[in-house]
Amino acid sequence: MNTRTAANLIGFQTIIRREYNRIIRIWGQTIVPPGITATLYFIIFGRLIGSKIGDMNGYTYLQYIAPGLIMMSVITNSYGNVVSSFFGAKFGKHIEELLVSPLPNHLIVTGYMIGGLLRGLLVGGLVTMIALVFTHLHVQHPWVVTSAVILTSMVFALAGMINAVFAKNFDQISFIPTFILTPLTYFGGVFYTISLLPNFAQTLSHLNPILYMVNAFRFGFLGISDVNVMLAFSIMIGGVVVLYATCLYLLTKGIGLRE
Amino acid sequence: MKAVSLRNLCKTYKNGVQALKGIDLDVEEGDFFALLGPNGAGKTTAIGILTSLVNKTSGSVEVFGHNLDSELAAAKACIGLVPQEVNFNMFETVSTILLNQAGFYGIPRAVAHERLEKYLNKLQLWEKRNSVARSLSGGMKRRLMIVRALLHEPKLLILDEPTAGVDIEVRRSMWDFIREVNAAGTTIILTTHYLEEAENLCRNVAIINQGKIIENEKMSTLLRKLNTEIFILNLREPVSSAPNLTGYRTQLTDSHTLEIEINKEQNLNEIFVALSAQGIGVVSMRNKSNRLEELFISMVERGSETNKKAS
Ligand SMILES: Nc1ncnc2c1ncn2[C@@H]1O[C@H](COP(=O)(O)OP(=O)(O)O)[C@@H](O)[C@H]1O
Ligand SMILES: [Mg+2]
Repeated sequence: MNTRTAANLIGFQTIIRREYNRIIRIWGQTIVPPGITATLYFIIFGRLIGSKIGDMNGYTYLQYIAPGLIMMSVITNSYGNVVSSFFGAKFGKHIEELLVSPLPNHLIVTGYMIGGLLRGLLVGGLVTMIALVFTHLHVQHPWVVTSAVILTSMVFALAGMINAVFAKNFDQISFIPTFILTPLTYFGGVFYTISLLPNFAQTLSHLNPILYMVNAFRFGFLGISDVNVMLAFSIMIGGVVVLYATCLYLLTKGIGLRE
Repeated sequence: MKAVSLRNLCKTYKNGVQALKGIDLDVEEGDFFALLGPNGAGKTTAIGILTSLVNKTSGSVEVFGHNLDSELAAAKACIGLVPQEVNFNMFETVSTILLNQAGFYGIPRAVAHERLEKYLNKLQLWEKRNSVARSLSGGMKRRLMIVRALLHEPKLLILDEPTAGVDIEVRRSMWDFIREVNAAGTTIILTTHYLEEAENLCRNVAIINQGKIIENEKMSTLLRKLNTEIFILNLREPVSSAPNLTGYRTQLTDSHTLEIEINKEQNLNEIFVALSAQGIGVVSMRNKSNRLEELFISMVERGSETNKKAS
């Protein structure tokens, strides 16, 4: 390993360490709120309303929505972590600490992506534990669960970075989560199987990438899915590749970062 | 070896402002170099391009022989930057900021810890190592940025208006420290709009105004130019060579026109006496306009305006 590579490795670890410390330092903003949200969902949809709904595809409603709720928290928090950390660094100008350093752009992108992944997995793990308080979850395909959650988290971490690169103020980092991410998630099969929907709505739902992610993840737990799982993984992998390349391009050009 | 070499460097911002209009500049290794110019001259833009914070429009940049277009990482590794505006994370502690920055440059953590202690002590910040950056005074923030720029022990240290908002006392000790860094072999580029600051510290100087380098020479040469006036004398009779006037620089631009450079303390009378003793009559005399002096007067005036606004 030459000295440049060794130096880059240290720099890369430093980004990850800094992102991790940030998540822990402001845990009241990063970890607690999604935990509370998930608890409320489990109580209201799972217990109170869910008990009236009856089975869905052979599972209790609580068991059915648990993977969806975990995935929802992973999506929101992976995205939220990178968009606020990266935009915060831009806004506070300390992104310049990275821009002047010899660290190559692909490690900056990967470092922030792993930051988002860490938050996604931390929160996802917390929501899983909360779910276990309310119901039992048995995992049928552990590798499907693991790879679906990691790929999804990567997709939304990278998407958050793109949002942060273009954002000029704090309104613009909450715009996409509020007006695009949340609706797509709610219509992405978190709370229901799309077979309950009328035909045209089913067709429309197939244009929503989150549907594939949620169903692949749920398939890992319950062995049931509204979509082809192979197709779902192709979409996730494709998403990671395209978004990663986009981030790298934006950083190399310095869009939103360098005049 | 040249620490920095800029060739025909141009920058036009998106809003159409031409901040740099073709700059050529060389800074030798080991130099203490001043980039001097009024506000808005293009100093920060030039530094920004050198440190990859601003995209150039055209031209070329080399840092210790590494071209920014082809050997970016190697060039970046040579530079430590103290930017004009505070740019660290206000919510992190002093030591976190420093350890992170050292990490980005690939300095192993144990080494970074040692250097951090050394430099924080030198700049009287050691007591503050666990304080959140937000709580530091203006002068401390500036010194923190100096420490941050030195942790990877760069060959070139760039300071962009480092004394803005720093009181006289601190300023003096800061300069002593920077001199020490330079004496140990680090090349230093300093931008400022105060001649005094550059005068006290720097060996070589470039003056930038409206995106162009208008002077580039030894500090001593610049000071002499600022301290002298050139008078243009129209002679009654043509002469074949410049008369011999001891103690004055003279130049014959044509047989009727003599230019004399006069130090501001010197006496004009002596000249006329010496000339008439050599039989040379003078018909008329005028002052050659001193572009440089005009620039400095305008810089000083503008400087005092901004000071008034600030106070
Ligand atoms: N980000 C920017 N966008 C547009 N114009 C800019 C920007 N930064 C600086 N300028 C303009 O470029 C010129 C040079 O500015 P700058 O390099 O900051 O000068 P200095 O550091 O010498 O005060 C000024 O006219 C300034 O208004
Ligand atoms: Mg400036």
